[in-house]
Amino acid sequence: MTVTPVDPTGLPPGGASPGPPAGSPAPAPTPAPAPTRGRWSGLRVSRPGVVLSFAFLLVLLLASFWPQLFTGTDPNAADISQTLRGPGSGHLLGTDQNGRDIFARIVHGTRLSLWIGLSASALALVVGAAVGVTAAQGGRVLGAVTDWLLSVFLSIPGLLLALLVIAMLGPGTRNSIIGLSLIFTPGFARVVRGEVMRIRASVYLEAARALGWPKRQVIIRHLVPNALGPVLILATINVGGAISLGSTLSFLGLGPQPPTAEWGAMLSSSRTYFSVAWWPAIFPGIAITLAVLAITVAGQFLQARLEGRNTR
Amino acid sequence: MTIALAADERRGGGRAASSARSIGLAVLRRVGYAVGVLWGAVTVTFAALHLKSGGIIDAIIGQAAVSPEIRAQIISDYALDKPWLVQYFDYLGHLLRGDLGHSYNQGMDVTTAIGDQLAPSFELMAAGVVLALVGAIVVALLTANRPRWIRGPFAFLEIVGVSVPAFWFAILLLTVFSFQLHWFPAIGSNSLRGLVLPAIALAVAPGGTLAQVLRDGLERALDEPFVTTARSRGIRETAVLVRHALRHALMPAITIAGWLAGAFLGGAIVIENVFSRQGLGTLTVGGLGRRDFPLVSGVALIAAAFYVVINLIIDAVYPLLDPRLRPAAPTTSGPANAAAASITSTTSPSVSATGADQKGDR
Repeated sequence: MTVTPVDPTGLPPGGASPGPPAGSPAPAPTPAPAPTRGRWSGLRVSRPGVVLSFAFLLVLLLASFWPQLFTGTDPNAADISQTLRGPGSGHLLGTDQNGRDIFARIVHGTRLSLWIGLSASALALVVGAAVGVTAAQGGRVLGAVTDWLLSVFLSIPGLLLALLVIAMLGPGTRNSIIGLSLIFTPGFARVVRGEVMRIRASVYLEAARALGWPKRQVIIRHLVPNALGPVLILATINVGGAISLGSTLSFLGLGPQPPTAEWGAMLSSSRTYFSVAWWPAIFPGIAITLAVLAITVAGQFLQARLEGRNTR
Repeated sequence: MTIALAADERRGGGRAASSARSIGLAVLRRVGYAVGVLWGAVTVTFAALHLKSGGIIDAIIGQAAVSPEIRAQIISDYALDKPWLVQYFDYLGHLLRGDLGHSYNQGMDVTTAIGDQLAPSFELMAAGVVLALVGAIVVALLTANRPRWIRGPFAFLEIVGVSVPAFWFAILLLTVFSFQLHWFPAIGSNSLRGLVLPAIALAVAPGGTLAQVLRDGLERALDEPFVTTARSRGIRETAVLVRHALRHALMPAITIAGWLAGAFLGGAIVIENVFSRQGLGTLTVGGLGRRDFPLVSGVALIAAAFYVVINLIIDAVYPLLDPRLRPAAPTTSGPANAAAASITSTTSPSVSATGADQKGDR
């Protein structure tokens, strides 16, 4: 009569209450394992949306490695005679208060903006995984201490946490990456711990052990591949959140310092001119939003693929 | 889980006094844990602001030229010459007496400084929460299980809402509605008119997340046998949606309420900055720049307390909303009850326990 819910995201149903990973809501558990309707089912966004997102990610990747492909203009070339020119007028997206080409600055800012999000997420993944595995493998005391520590970091709002780290280490690109990573670490730690505990209790791991496989082989062949999926999906979605929050820190003047071309920093430096010119206020933000959107859609696509979700 | 259940039933059948004591113990443990988390939050803040090289005294004085006497006076006033461990325990001691200390820069007690700024922030957050909640519920109810052309655009808007950084959405609103159209004031105004844009900017991201979670929950609930039962009893579709399915959909939304509270608090910090509004966010950002430890720590403590209390409330509210989560009553033991009581995962309303559900819905 009662259907036991199968939770492919892997948190043990009876275990320590899993909170939502920081930065993204807890992945909703699916009902019973249902046959998938095909690889495109279970998406919030239509198939063209997913294709567009991946295409845009490709463009971003190209822009971050070879910005010259998109623009020949120097992003830092100031021209006092060309300040705050509107879009068109020889500059595709107009110029900022120093007469710098906004399009060139957005293109050249891609690398740093993406890098901040990617490296913050990667750092959080590594630290979170280490903490999660330690908590799962350690004894009760270690598990309880980790649980407390994660609750502490979750209890401080993410942005405030990053601001605290920057207050300690000082503003700058590297320190804002460290601050951002701290926001996402508890989420990874919880998911990794849950995964390890779930897999450790699984039948196939017992079988592998019963077959006398060496411990290292069990870990490499079973534990890592099975835990990897949910962790990588969380990482993908977190990259979007990290880019968004990273641009927020830059906007507050705490990330890359001027005259560096970075999306949030561009908004920060033109801030006082928004009332007279709309283009420096709008275009860098569109770049941030599209990048985060593409990554979010890609992440949800991967999640739907992994879970074989059957929602419309 | 079955063993735990059996133990629960035995306990339930025991003397009332012992069960009251076990509940009391459970409450005590929760509260103790909450206090532990708050202590941790204060410690993290202390570490962040004290472990930096360079004296706090220079941050307090800033650019102002002060005589060595005044400098020494400030140092002794705030006990900055004591070892940091002493400062830490002094601070904890004051906290235990309900004293948040004296702000380095505001020239007043932290309690007063925060109290003054609490109202504008609370106003903004309350407006944001109401907007997000109402918007998400309305959108979820209107679009759940609807044809693609209704559902699609809203689903897209939700993802955009989740993706757009709050600070830039605020800038966008400012640019369009204040600077171009002149419909709303641009800079911090205490009027209701001045609250519209900040509240919308604050509500968009959490509202998008909530709408996604709610619709997922609604669609899952609508596939359940109890919905079919309700429909077969001739209940109108609207009533099925609102009275039966929505209750289920709300559970996962409540689970993320603690996270949402953090999102609103963090969002308020930047939104206040963009709109140059008074409030906790502006106070905090200013305090961080000057390493005003007592002030920042006070804000962090309040934020953490907010999170902790919300999570305590969530734990307490679950059984009220979902009868299946109430402890099994000793009189009604049976397979149905056992099945209902064994559900510990509150995020899976898909588990069908039709009997319990109808009891709760009536």
